[in-house]
Amino acid sequence: MNRYPLWKYLMIAAVLLIGVIYSVPNFFPSELAVQLSPKTEQAIDPATMQRFEQALQSKGLTIRASENNGQQALFRFEDTQVQLKASEALKEAFGDQFVVALNLAPSTPSWLRALNANPMFLGLDLRGGVHFLMEVDMKAALDKQIDRYEDEFRDFLREQDIKYLGIAREGDTVMAKFRDAASRDAASAALAKEYQNSLQLTALPDTNDLQATIPPTALLEIQKFAVQQNIITLRKRVNELGVSEPIIQQQGVNRIVVQLPGVQDTARAKEILGATATLEFRLVDEQNDPAQAQQSGRAPIGSQLYKERNGAPILLKRQVMLTGDYIIDASSGFDDNNRAAVNITLDGKGATRFNKVTGENVQKLMGVVFIETKVETKEVEGQAVKTSKTTQEVINVARIQEQLGKRFQITGLDSPKEARDLALLLRAGALAAPVYIVEERTVGPSMGKENIEKGFNSNMWGFLAVVAFMVVYYRVFGVISSIALAINGIFLFALLSLLQATLTLPGLAGIALTLGMAIDANVLINERIREELRAGVAPQQAIFAGYDRAWGTILDSNLTTLIAGIALFLLGSGPIKGFAVVLCLGILTSMFSAVTVSRAMVNLRYGSKTHLEKIAI
Amino acid sequence: MLEFFHFTKNIPFMRYGKLTTAISLATFLFAVFALAFYGLNLGVDFTGGTVMEVRYTEAAPLDAIRETIKASGYAEAAVQNFGSTQDVLIRLPLKEGVSSAQVSEQILGVLKAAAPDVTLSKVDFVGGQVGQELYDNGGLALLLVAAGIIIYLAFRFEWRFAISAAVANLHDVVIILGLFAFFQWQFDLTVLAAVLAVLGYSVNESVVVFDRIRENIRVMRDETIPDIIDSAITTTMSRTIITHLSTQTMVTAMLWFGGEALHNFALALTIGIMFGIYSSVLVAAPLLLLFGLKREHMIPQESEKMAGMNADGSIV
Repeated sequence: MNRYPLWKYLMIAAVLLIGVIYSVPNFFPSELAVQLSPKTEQAIDPATMQRFEQALQSKGLTIRASENNGQQALFRFEDTQVQLKASEALKEAFGDQFVVALNLAPSTPSWLRALNANPMFLGLDLRGGVHFLMEVDMKAALDKQIDRYEDEFRDFLREQDIKYLGIAREGDTVMAKFRDAASRDAASAALAKEYQNSLQLTALPDTNDLQATIPPTALLEIQKFAVQQNIITLRKRVNELGVSEPIIQQQGVNRIVVQLPGVQDTARAKEILGATATLEFRLVDEQNDPAQAQQSGRAPIGSQLYKERNGAPILLKRQVMLTGDYIIDASSGFDDNNRAAVNITLDGKGATRFNKVTGENVQKLMGVVFIETKVETKEVEGQAVKTSKTTQEVINVARIQEQLGKRFQITGLDSPKEARDLALLLRAGALAAPVYIVEERTVGPSMGKENIEKGFNSNMWGFLAVVAFMVVYYRVFGVISSIALAINGIFLFALLSLLQATLTLPGLAGIALTLGMAIDANVLINERIREELRAGVAPQQAIFAGYDRAWGTILDSNLTTLIAGIALFLLGSGPIKGFAVVLCLGILTSMFSAVTVSRAMVNLRYGSKTHLEKIAI
Repeated sequence: MLEFFHFTKNIPFMRYGKLTTAISLATFLFAVFALAFYGLNLGVDFTGGTVMEVRYTEAAPLDAIRETIKASGYAEAAVQNFGSTQDVLIRLPLKEGVSSAQVSEQILGVLKAAAPDVTLSKVDFVGGQVGQELYDNGGLALLLVAAGIIIYLAFRFEWRFAISAAVANLHDVVIILGLFAFFQWQFDLTVLAAVLAVLGYSVNESVVVFDRIRENIRVMRDETIPDIIDSAITTTMSRTIITHLSTQTMVTAMLWFGGEALHNFALALTIGIMFGIYSSVLVAAPLLLLFGLKREHMIPQESEKMAGMNADGSIV
């Protein structure tokens, strides 16, 4: 009656073995390591590995172990000193092509790693680091697009040889004014062809004006593009910071999550991630007097009034010669007069364009405009209001001495630090729209360690107390229940590791809670067996009936909890989600271990005895 | 056989139905009153603002810290010890005119200037809008969980069971919220997770009793519904107490060893476990009677239509 066929025992043993294999990696301590990953999508070949190793050996640094999985190279070291020196040496030698990051690598034996048995990721609250939730400023993205249309219309109509009186932005629309209806209609037809679905053109009645608005579908496209572009840019910037295992993901329509494990200098991380700095190159309007323009507050047609760093006014042509979009590389350095400078390299298209415009304008003055956007949150009447502040400054004015090409240098920066930051931002590309931080969480490394300890301790003491009670109260069946509970814990750890879940403090709390609740199934079974025995049923039958009848109850009660867990997972964010994952998986593993695994143990213990007089429960 | 909770005679829970309903109604009303009068002390997760935890190498000079922070323009900052005398918790509301993301650095800067040994353990900054969204989502999760449970139970049992369990469950949730409001304990995202877990846990409790009621209805043909319910509660009493004890043991370990971060989470669970045991027995079951549960509701209808069947289902 209480016997399992052999295959069932073997299956349970196999599942248990798998559980142990995939849960043990979590109990190996981590080792100090340096990780290299390529900045472009290239693989790391053995030859490159050798170059890394040579660079380290030439500095007399001992490598404890090295690995290469094609995407990432990892070097393990004995102590922090060597790790830091190695990181610097590698940065110096390969920093332009590879992201060099300090890392903690699991010390799991290689045969386990070969089986893909890796420990869970530790969440920021357990290892320290920063979490940012950034929101993309969609209004700014839209503004930028409208401004671009305004500029493009002028160029486009000029190219098409259609005469217009003026083109100006009005609110969220671009208004083009024409002398007569005929040229307006010609412009309308040409523009409609050029901007098929991205613009909606309306001829305003009683005038010769043409109004261009962005339709809702195109608006969504702009938003989508802005978020995706920002993710790419943020990823590049994070790479520049040299963080191992960063997370950069879209969340919702217009938010981006950035998690930087192990980062301590949050101020710098924030500055780099949030800044939108770019450059624009424009010709200086040498015909008009900037002082006069400043006084009247009106710039001559075709020009815009700017300020130099020293506060002096300057007039620049509206036409932009080149924007920061074409910059592919930038590095900081010093010019011949030992002033801070940024060396810029353009891509092919940018180089051709810059070559042409500088060639046409040799001996004229060119201004470099530094554009930086910062977003600030203010509270107005209980509502958080965001204002983005854009500063535009002319950082450098120079006479174009010769045709400029792919590489050139700009100066006029305040300090070498500013040159470095600007170079970094230019290198990483501009954000399509400003981002602002709507949530920030920082956890110090010592706090992380403490949290692990506390989470672990509460699990251990709770578990021991439950086991002690079960063994005293249910004797042999209590021992079996306790072993089933421990196995449940192993399964839960193995599943979480297999899924490569991120273990957080609420997750650890979830493990404790599910272990506490998991014993319920065994209590239901044991109580049922006792009831049957009390009713005078023979022990073998009592065991059978106990498991049989308790099963329906276990299923019903666990499924209702599972429903709660799934709803938590779907709607929760952050800590709630992590908690929900543990809760749901814990329910599944506890149903298996409490029913099947404990039954197997009972069967092994009592199943073979035909004349069972008494059982210890 | 070691037994603490074995009852040989059925305890007439249903006879006290009026009394227990009155008690639970009173606690429920108290909780609603506390919620309405005091309101929840919402944490930074929901309200937005900045919370910093800093650590000093020696006992932290709270008054000096307060002065320093006040001097740098944050008059509304709350400064308090937590955990130990070296750990300090600083709460800052969203502030006009200051980019909120920079607040933490600014504060840490001035604290460092006053005492160089201070280190930052943790910063949480949440924007006002994000907090509101979390709050709304939390409410939605609560409703969705309740709806899911009702649908499952209506499908597996019958609508009277579903509604009774849902009411008993929400009773527990309201009492947790009420106590958090009354004592002004901080209610944050992890506490919300605990509340939602209690929802799942406490329904678990009711289901075990319901299961036994369903079984008893089939087996105990001669007894009245109140007797059947009494018997179901009494026979599962032992299991109920032991399960609660074991869960509470784990939660108590969390309360003791889990530190500040898990304290309120464990607290919410403790209340939930305490009231879960009460509500599944003394709220859900009397409600079944109130909704007029009859034997026919749980026995398949076909048997009634059989020819020559007596009122008690027997065929003579």
